[in-house]
Amino acid sequence: MLKELLARLHQGHRTIPFPREEPVLPERYRGLPAISAANCRDGCRECEKACPTEAITFAGGGDLRLDLGRCLFCSACEDACPTGAIRFTRDYRMVTRERAALLLGDAKTLELARALEERMLRVFGRSLKLRQVSAGGCNGCEAEVSVLNTVVFDLGRFGVQFVASPRHADGLLITGPVTKNMRLALRKTYDAVPAPKFVIAVGACAISGGPYAGHQEACGGAESVVPVDLFIPGCPPHPVTTLDGLLRLLGRRGRTVIR
Amino acid sequence: MMANELQKIGNAEPVALLKIPVLAISEWREAVLQEVRAGARICALFALPPRDSPVDPADGLARFGALKSRLYAVLGHDREAALAVCATDVEKAYPSLSQVIPQAHWFEREIAETCGVIPQGHPRLKPIRAPLSDAPFFEVAGDSIHEVAVGPVHAGVIEPGHFRFQCHGEQVFHLEIALGYQHRGVERALIGGPGLRTLHYMETLSGDTSIGHALAYVQAMEPLVGIEPPRRAAAIRGIALELERLANHVGDLGALAADVGYLPTASFCGGLRGDFLNLTARICGSRLGRKLLRPGGVCFDLPENAAVEFTRSLEGALRHVNEAAELLWSRSSVLGRFEHVGVVSAETCTDLGLVGPVARACGVKNDVRADFPSGIYRHAKVAVATHAGGDVFSRARVRWLEIQESGRLIRSLLSELAEGLAEGPILHEAFRAGRAAPVLAPDRLVVSLVEGWRGEICHVLITDRNGRIARYKVIDPSFHNWSGLEMALRNQQISDFPLCNKSFNLSYCGHDL
Ligand code: SF4
Repeated sequence: MLKELLARLHQGHRTIPFPREEPVLPERYRGLPAISAANCRDGCRECEKACPTEAITFAGGGDLRLDLGRCLFCSACEDACPTGAIRFTRDYRMVTRERAALLLGDAKTLELARALEERMLRVFGRSLKLRQVSAGGCNGCEAEVSVLNTVVFDLGRFGVQFVASPRHADGLLITGPVTKNMRLALRKTYDAVPAPKFVIAVGACAISGGPYAGHQEACGGAESVVPVDLFIPGCPPHPVTTLDGLLRLLGRRGRTVIR
Repeated sequence: MMANELQKIGNAEPVALLKIPVLAISEWREAVLQEVRAGARICALFALPPRDSPVDPADGLARFGALKSRLYAVLGHDREAALAVCATDVEKAYPSLSQVIPQAHWFEREIAETCGVIPQGHPRLKPIRAPLSDAPFFEVAGDSIHEVAVGPVHAGVIEPGHFRFQCHGEQVFHLEIALGYQHRGVERALIGGPGLRTLHYMETLSGDTSIGHALAYVQAMEPLVGIEPPRRAAAIRGIALELERLANHVGDLGALAADVGYLPTASFCGGLRGDFLNLTARICGSRLGRKLLRPGGVCFDLPENAAVEFTRSLEGALRHVNEAAELLWSRSSVLGRFEHVGVVSAETCTDLGLVGPVARACGVKNDVRADFPSGIYRHAKVAVATHAGGDVFSRARVRWLEIQESGRLIRSLLSELAEGLAEGPILHEAFRAGRAAPVLAPDRLVVSLVEGWRGEICHVLITDRNGRIARYKVIDPSFHNWSGLEMALRNQQISDFPLCNKSFNLSYCGHDL
């Protein structure tokens, strides 16, 4: 026992002070992209050509739009752009309640996830149980969700916990593009969660199919099977992004609009 | 046909398709058998759909009709750093290899599933990626036998798979694993490439092995373009591959501790795993190493002062891992749960062709970094760790030994780079931005091996006459090792399944593709 106590002393306190303090992210971390469409040269489209997931569009000859829900944060578009119209910032906040809100544009603001409705918040605000379903995920998102349980992020201190059965859960956290082979299992798991319930889609795959968008073996994301209430972009999302999104859903971070 | 008449190639050494002998089926079987008797392992065994074979839109699989498909066998001679390759053409059926070579069984199931060629006499022919098919599970008969079904959705934050146990009381007589829930059509989508998504497919073949799989890919591509990555890039790739190993091995030690309820090591390692991921993120911005590798080199050089700062962070993290592991080894309650549980014999290991730490924990001294060295491993020699027990303890212990060795390798690479030994560009000019994508040599086959943290990653790339990808076969180490887990469960308590499973920690998506 003494050994364990000594080790505990050596290992020190590891839990990050987020959300009390802002997180420390690596210098080269690729977070929320910033778009300055004014820089775009007429008909250039280099970013569109470079993007592996058709996340960039110029709908109807209009301005550059970047769909965070499809984005893999590979910054190939930033590399391809001759004028710096797309720039990846180190802002980790990008979780939304609506799919459409993920469509970034020049003048557009990003409305971060607002809290659950009053009635839901009363039920879930202090104790939230989630059931995770991986439906074709590559274990990237799964691993980065899993670390929320470690001492570093310590999800438990916010009253959030992953549970072993959908019957014990208040909501689902889905990763992966939803393969055809997982569709039934996902549906059954959803049905087994007692109402009121909600669904969180984590990662480009769960939001839009990610690199597997358009594959006949997959369904193009969670929304093809169940309604989604929270969208967490990334490939995979940084754990802090996910945590920020969950805390917003629980009304612990106030309302924020990024301009 | 004598074994020495087969075409032998090295790791990441392309060969013209014309040079690969296409044998009659009986000669091919004989050749494969001879190689295996001479100590070779099956690294890959797969079918190349005939050119222009129609694809069924219902399931995306090629339907060959009367056309012949070509079977390729890639056999690894670990002690000679040589890969023997031979091919044969088959139409509808052929006498299976699995009857005489057990390690062929999973491969032949896949061949049957993907192109409808039947390996006759296969002991257990059913699809490996069609979990919703009604192929029956193996059943043990008898009044007091009961069946336990687990999955595809599991209790933890993990990927889906189905486990079917035949039990007598607590004792497991037989375990059958049904996978395929993660099948998302990667190999099909790779055909006709390389394209914009190719690298992203590689990085997500098994997302916890982004570096390992991406490395196998770039290593297959570069010789087809006829270039070598700069030495500095090779060193950075090596650092990234070892960091990936460190993160996962440390995480596994923690998870093993958690599975036997020993919380100090579990919680220490859970946090420490992140320290290694964060080091990777300092290089390339992504904790999983996304965007670090690309054909021709790497996208990011080490940050300034990396030698000093990385070494310091690494030392600190490793010291803490050391302490966490020492606690684990010193607790008899832990050892009591690790030792003699989930045993795989060395014989079973060789028969099934298991790879990686799982094989080394059976005393089988195979490691691609030492046996088929490529890239930086041609210069940085690796001491291969083994342990003889074949049980959960041995698998934990081998990981622990490998943690030390990876730490040593990274430290020496860092100081080598700091001394300016490999200063210069990090990306070969053929692949610089703004240049037209280089064309791959046509009608070639290249086998690329990498020792990922789970074991041997094998990619086989075949180009067509225009230098496009005609077939891209991926063999994640898990493809070999899932059947090892089935064997490890024989005669165990079913309650030890989570622990055994964790000690293998295999990939579902890497298998399902
Ligand atoms: S960073 Fe996102 S939008 Fe830009 S190219 Fe990559 S996937 Fe497309």
